[in-house]
Amino acid sequence: MSELPDGIVRQQFGDDRRLATRGPRVGAEPTADGWRSWAPTRSKLAAMLELGMDIGLRDGQAVLYLGAAAGTTVSHVADVAGPTYAVEFATRPMRDLLEVAADRPNLFPLLKDARRPTSYGHIVEPVDLLVQDVATRGQADVAVRNARYLRPGGRLALVVKSRSEDVTAPPDRVYERAFEQLEEVYTVHDHARLDRFHEDHLAVIGERR
Amino acid sequence: MAGKGAAFLATRGRTQHMGAGTEMSIGPLRKPQVMTDSDPPEPGWFEHEDSSVGEPGTGGVPRGRSEATRDWPAIAIEAEVVSDRESYYEMLHERTMTEARRAVERGERAGDRQAMHCVRAMDDCRRTANELAERVEEWAGGLVSNPGAGVEFARRVQANPELPSALRTLAERVVALDRQVERLRTDVERLSRDAAPNLTALAGPVLAARLIALAGGLETLAKKPSGTLQVLGAESALFAHLRGDAPSPKHGVIYTHEAIRNTTASDRGSAARALAGKLTLAARVDHYSGTRKPELDAQLRDRIERIRSRATTAEAADE
Repeated sequence: MSELPDGIVRQQFGDDRRLATRGPRVGAEPTADGWRSWAPTRSKLAAMLELGMDIGLRDGQAVLYLGAAAGTTVSHVADVAGPTYAVEFATRPMRDLLEVAADRPNLFPLLKDARRPTSYGHIVEPVDLLVQDVATRGQADVAVRNARYLRPGGRLALVVKSRSEDVTAPPDRVYERAFEQLEEVYTVHDHARLDRFHEDHLAVIGERR
Repeated sequence: MAGKGAAFLATRGRTQHMGAGTEMSIGPLRKPQVMTDSDPPEPGWFEHEDSSVGEPGTGGVPRGRSEATRDWPAIAIEAEVVSDRESYYEMLHERTMTEARRAVERGERAGDRQAMHCVRAMDDCRRTANELAERVEEWAGGLVSNPGAGVEFARRVQANPELPSALRTLAERVVALDRQVERLRTDVERLSRDAAPNLTALAGPVLAARLIALAGGLETLAKKPSGTLQVLGAESALFAHLRGDAPSPKHGVIYTHEAIRNTTASDRGSAARALAGKLTLAARVDHYSGTRKPELDAQLRDRIERIRSRATTAEAADE
């Protein structure tokens, strides 16, 4: 298992040791000594860490997070990272995300469509890490289009939900197509299926060329 | 917050006075951009002269676009909008929060959102009322001589002083939930008509609201092909079909529409296709133009009549 980035620890919660970050509490997550439990069953990024993948999350670095939803995962990212730009397209989850962002001054909520990256080009600065978890068709394409925000050498932590691409195609075929597209701008370093925690999801770690 | 806004306005005024000089001083800083772009540089969110959102200076983030990626914090410092990164992020946080909050409010206030919430609440209340009514039936069934069912029976249980008080208050809940359903229905009727007049005329207010809710909004509904609208609410059957386990579903929630229910089984597929087609058209008119087009009603009526007469002529031929 790779070493955890600064700001993320394995903390004792009752009988288990779980991933945790330090920051303002968001919902009903268990806390211990000011550390908030980061559950791999609820967060795909935590699942990736649990599987020993290096998601490229570093203390204080700039992050662009696409598909922030209600902010469960992005809250942990912002606990660790520096300026964190959180893009979410739907208004309902944005309501919750606003609560999460209210006491996190480094978290910037953007109600924007990740498929149209130029619409936030006047706000988002070059980042070191691009996290993407959008449930839309063309997930690899979204990652390619948003590569513009990654510094060369910056990391991509991508989740591909097979069912969002094509409910009928076998997941492996969907993943293969995604890899091909990603190779346009990324070098893929690592990938793993998250089935242990999230069914029909593939996690990909890439590096912008 | 207001104080900060004013300070921001003051600094913004200053950069404007600097005019061309500012441009020149920003020039070299724009080099470290990730994507090089030979076109004239596009302004950052803090450089926009006027906000397309709300009143100028009310603290949002203007809409904009940029093809290139730039180090906006550095540009803002260079342009003397802020003194350092820390205050840049402070300002950005405040402004993005305000903007997102405003956009959420705008979105939630829209009529189709209200109709969605309302019809979902109505369905929740009805489901809960039915579930509790069954519990009341089961409990009271053994205690009274003439048991009944549903809300009507709950009303009787509630009024019967010989029954246990916990059972009577439970029955009271059923009656109250049923009243709530009716209240919500009245609201759904008004909201659907306002948000989607044509769809409401063709589908009825409750079905119209349900379709909007299933699609996730009037806009998404208007952008769906009619084949999708046809099976909204029949997702599990549709996925079973796509996996190859089942025939394709003929209809989803539009099943409740008179044009399908009152059409013979053999013609329901045709009726569902025709109805879905007209409802899709209606949703598009509602979303893109918003004006009422009564001719849609007549078109739907004609189509359904033609489908039904096909059945009657076939029957007549058989005889």
